[in-house]
Amino acid sequence: QKVSVEVLDHLEHLALVDFRDSEGVERLQKAIQFADQLHEVNTDGVEPMDSVLEDRCLYLREDDVTEGNCTKELLENAREKVEEYFVAPPGNIPLPKLEERETFLQGS
Amino acid sequence: LAPWVPVVGLEIHAQISSNSKLFSGSQVQFAAPPNSLVSFFDASLPGTLPVLNRRCVEAAVMTGLALNCSINKKSLFDRKHYFYADLPAGYQITQQRVPIAVNGSLSYSLCIDNKMSQLVTKTVRIKQIQLEQDSGKSLHDDTRSQTLVDLNRAGVGLMEVVMEPDMCCGEEAAAAVRELQLILQTLGSSQAVMAEGQLRVDANVSVHHPGEPYGVRTEVKNINSIRFLAKAVDYEIQRQIEELENGGTILNETRAFDSKLGCTVPMRDKEGKQDYRFMPEPNLPPLILYDAKSLPANMNHQQVINIDWIHERLPDLPSVRREKLVEQYGILPEHSFILLNEDGLAEFFENVVKQTQMKPKKVIGWILQDTLSYLKQHSLSVKDSPVSSCLLADLLNLLEKKEISSTAAKQVLAELWKGEGKTPLEIVKEQKLQLLQDQKELEQICQAVIDGQEKEVIMIVLG
Repeated sequence: QKVSVEVLDHLEHLALVDFRDSEGVERLQKAIQFADQLHEVNTDGVEPMDSVLEDRCLYLREDDVTEGNCTKELLENAREKVEEYFVAPPGNIPLPKLEERETFLQGS
Repeated sequence: LAPWVPVVGLEIHAQISSNSKLFSGSQVQFAAPPNSLVSFFDASLPGTLPVLNRRCVEAAVMTGLALNCSINKKSLFDRKHYFYADLPAGYQITQQRVPIAVNGSLSYSLCIDNKMSQLVTKTVRIKQIQLEQDSGKSLHDDTRSQTLVDLNRAGVGLMEVVMEPDMCCGEEAAAAVRELQLILQTLGSSQAVMAEGQLRVDANVSVHHPGEPYGVRTEVKNINSIRFLAKAVDYEIQRQIEELENGGTILNETRAFDSKLGCTVPMRDKEGKQDYRFMPEPNLPPLILYDAKSLPANMNHQQVINIDWIHERLPDLPSVRREKLVEQYGILPEHSFILLNEDGLAEFFENVVKQTQMKPKKVIGWILQDTLSYLKQHSLSVKDSPVSSCLLADLLNLLEKKEISSTAAKQVLAELWKGEGKTPLEIVKEQKLQLLQDQKELEQICQAVIDGQEKEVIMIVLG
């Protein structure tokens, strides 16, 4: 099964990835095929694993103030700042619709 | 016209009262210079990892127990992805699959009429409580077409309390939230002050005809007080009913409450249905909680959270406190409801009772009618009252000892409210309000009155 253009477009919106060309899409297809091998395993009655850390102990920290107060350092990374605030565009800039984007997906 | 059944559910975010944030050691504080309470993790710099704050877990367990929930001994953390300038990581760490507490209930009271003469108890089911991160704050600068971002709030611990759609109107929603607020404040798990953003409420509203399936629901945000919550919910119910009766449809959308106009309006930045791509938080193992039975023998104390230990140390919840006040002082449930509803009023009442011989049943009238109405008239809180419990007790003692009449007492109270520092006794002397106890003096006055009204006396004597 190939991944539909709608799904690819949806993914580009959600993750802001750019499949760029057929090789990018092909790589995605192969990754899905690889993961699909999991379906060959019989998991009846087996509790799903949460993560490879699931047997580890979750460390609990004491409620002390140990960090912060590094405004200057943090703002060094900012391209634009206004009086110690980060500056961002007025709202999310939506990715243009498929028809309006210069994307490989348009041609599919 | 067929009747409409409104359905109201609530999602409440309560900021956890803690010194530091949920997953980092930066400070939690309301007003501070922008971006001064931000660690590298909060700013989502690469290479940083979340470290769970024990106090936040305890706060969530306390709250879950107080709301009669089952505490999940194993709960999980997930990532909820969406893009917004005040969410630097591009995702929020939350508990979507298995939250820390589920299936609880909250009982609240409201009066049938507006006269506090009949209290009715209702219950709303608590679907779940989950731990999650707060986002930073966006300040919209429309003139320069930009948004200023302050991450001080980013990463602060939140408890999201989800209430099932068991409510039917603004009044019920407001009463339920008020009770939750009192519970959180009693537990200390959150200070729950709505004005400071420590308690945020989103309402889910829909309407349907009895017997038919639930209607499409809308989500109402930007509600900044309990009063506005009631207004927003009632407005939205009306709007939906009118829309449907005019043949329109309800969109499954998010709307903002405009407190100035008293209405809800569609929110701009929400593009249709969001796909949050939930995934397990790969950097956090499951959160395991213990009870007396499952407590592991050789674990470091500091690393273990014992649900039973927390249960044993829960303070008296508001409902229990109300019952105790009724039992101890012989006041009505309606009275104890008001006492707890007003910040500091119950303590005030108890302090007055301690310092006066007047029976609590009589004192309560002076608290709820006179004191409370003065406070409301002048928009004062109990702690800012110019009349202390001490002064009021002195006044009530004069009344109890029959040194003044009840009318005189009200006059003195009015004078005390000016806050000029005079004692009740001083005011009584100044205004000559003492009741005369001397028999002879009383006879003299009566005789003088009789002497001065010869005509009337003759008429009375003649029948």
